[in-house]
Amino acid sequence: MPSLKDLRNRISSVKATQKITKAMQMVAAAKLRRAQSAAEAARPYAERMDSVLANLAAGVTAGGPPLLAGNGKDDTHLLIVATAERGLCGAFNSSIVRLAREHITRLQDQGKTVKILCVGKKGFEQLRRQYERNIIELIELRGVKQIGFNNADEIGKKIIRMFEDGGFDVATLFFSRFKSVIAQIPTQQQIIPAQIPSNENAPAVEGPQASYEYEPGQDEILSTLLPRNISVQVFRALLENAASEQGARMSAMDNATRNAGDMIKKQTTIYNRSRQAMITKELIEIISGAEAL
Amino acid sequence: MAAFHFELVSPEKHLFSGDVESVVAPGADGQFTVLKDHAPVMTTLKAGVVTVAGGDGKVEKLFVRGGFADVNASGFTILAEQAIPLADIDVAKVDADIQDAREDIADATSDEARLAASDKLAQLQELRAAIGG
Repeated sequence: MPSLKDLRNRISSVKATQKITKAMQMVAAAKLRRAQSAAEAARPYAERMDSVLANLAAGVTAGGPPLLAGNGKDDTHLLIVATAERGLCGAFNSSIVRLAREHITRLQDQGKTVKILCVGKKGFEQLRRQYERNIIELIELRGVKQIGFNNADEIGKKIIRMFEDGGFDVATLFFSRFKSVIAQIPTQQQIIPAQIPSNENAPAVEGPQASYEYEPGQDEILSTLLPRNISVQVFRALLENAASEQGARMSAMDNATRNAGDMIKKQTTIYNRSRQAMITKELIEIISGAEAL
Repeated sequence: MAAFHFELVSPEKHLFSGDVESVVAPGADGQFTVLKDHAPVMTTLKAGVVTVAGGDGKVEKLFVRGGFADVNASGFTILAEQAIPLADIDVAKVDADIQDAREDIADATSDEARLAASDKLAQLQELRAAIGG
């Protein structure tokens, strides 16, 4: 039976925890709004890029550059696993890592070589235990407050350099798509060879499309557009991830705050009850002492 | 003059969307002007100034640093790598940044840092040249 003092201490410590989780929830809510608007601001560009690329790719006959058609092999896979830099955001990191892990197992069963590029420390920490040897690099974005296109571009260029050096054949991106505050969907997306979006989703373009004029030339444009597309996809993934992380943290902290509230209520009931019991006991002692006289 | 739809987007922002009368863009093979019913063209852009003339005689100038231009029947779209309205650029700050970048190059200890700094300097100089004066 805990003493009254113990109970009091316990209640006050839970209260302190609740204050922290509450504060974290509010911070996450504020950051979420910013991350969400950043993700939305980036969307038109990505959509336009998709439609331009779809237009271009429709005109490409037979093969095309390796970034579009692949290099004809399927032996080495690069997995780019984008997670958060911080924990305390529910199952956010774990669910991305789980998806990546399933993919790795599948690939390894097929006898393929797997390389992992981690963006974000939390994913690295979880994957390190099992796949230490497969991880080739960890990119930390800890100091980055608001993810800019430069960050994504750097990663994109690194990936392309690796591809050109023959470091891998297929690249897949793992991140979490932001659907709503309570729903984030872990997603995998193949970026090399590029998956050309079907023209149905692209904004409808009327009129003849075949008579495009290309300046300087179709191949030159394609060869600048494709690397750029990689960076854009990475950028989009990072922004979606940032919004998802904040959403996940917000709901996790909301839960934690509610749990702390429940616990405080329960502990307070126990505290009051044992205080009552003590008073009753003392009264009985006094009365029975008086009666004995 | 007839108007057509023009959009300017950068990865981080949707900068311009609306009906305009003419747009001058810095194509890779030279400047070009797009009016209504321009033939479909796709081209890369180099760094320079995009001049947008709206229907009401308003002219807007934006600096773009590379990108793609796509002219088709539904309008004209520029996918810029980076775009800033000229009005938002502070000449004194750009000059200061150029100075900073020069110092960065001088101070750089590794090849990588030097490369990054000189990249930045080149960009700033493009920008400075675009503003003129």
